[in-house]
Amino acid sequence: MGDVKLALIVQKPQYKGETSRLGITHAISYQTVEILLADGDTVTPKLCFTGEGVLGIQKGQNAMDLYGITSTETHVKNSLLVDLDVLVCKEDLAKYGIPEDAMPDAEDMGADKKIQVVPFSEIQKAIDEAKHVLFF
Amino acid sequence: MGNLTIGCFPGLVGSMTYDFALKLAEAAANKGHKVNLWFSGNASGSVKAKQKHLKDYSTGEKYLKALIEKGVEVCACEACSNARGVDKTNAIEGVQWNAMHWYLAKIHSSDRVLHIGGE
Repeated sequence: MGDVKLALIVQKPQYKGETSRLGITHAISYQTVEILLADGDTVTPKLCFTGEGVLGIQKGQNAMDLYGITSTETHVKNSLLVDLDVLVCKEDLAKYGIPEDAMPDAEDMGADKKIQVVPFSEIQKAIDEAKHVLFF
Repeated sequence: MGNLTIGCFPGLVGSMTYDFALKLAEAAANKGHKVNLWFSGNASGSVKAKQKHLKDYSTGEKYLKALIEKGVEVCACEACSNARGVDKTNAIEGVQWNAMHWYLAKIHSSDRVLHIGGE
């Protein structure tokens, strides 16, 4: 069956509920899915943040200190570390007044990937290219 | 016949979408389709055994057992369940336990995926 492309679209703000975080963790799980698939089969997700989903992914979070839980920033960095394509909607960042340079990177962890701040048209393209689209 | 995977995230109580997911799974299974049902988030707590069916609240146990008997694969996110105090020792028999990659693997082989988000 080969590769199956997925688009995971996070539309809800982080911390207010569990769903948005589950979007990230389900995307990260692609790194181990091959143990359940036949040889040559792969799953390639793209993790996209749109709408209120762009809230709560900025760098400098202290969730462990304040809430005793891992931060969304850490999850986003882990996503980059496992070579996920992470797309953040440029228009929605602007709508909420979040500067693009507030997005975290995972250079300190050795990640090659970086968050891609893109126009919504690019996220639409990821949706169009995916076999299945999952909204979180 | 097709292969359908349903990802179910809302909780058993307080949302009718959970009931919808189970009824859809049943309808698809009755038509002969292969159905996979993934529980994550609040839905993962619904696999606890010995649910008391009070008339004011939805119950999942009876329906889940019936689905499993029909051959529907039901799997709960182990981390999500454990966080809610549910594990293999107190869960409905026949429910599978795995990590989130189970869902992605089932999606890989599915003709259709219905992802029912929570909250």
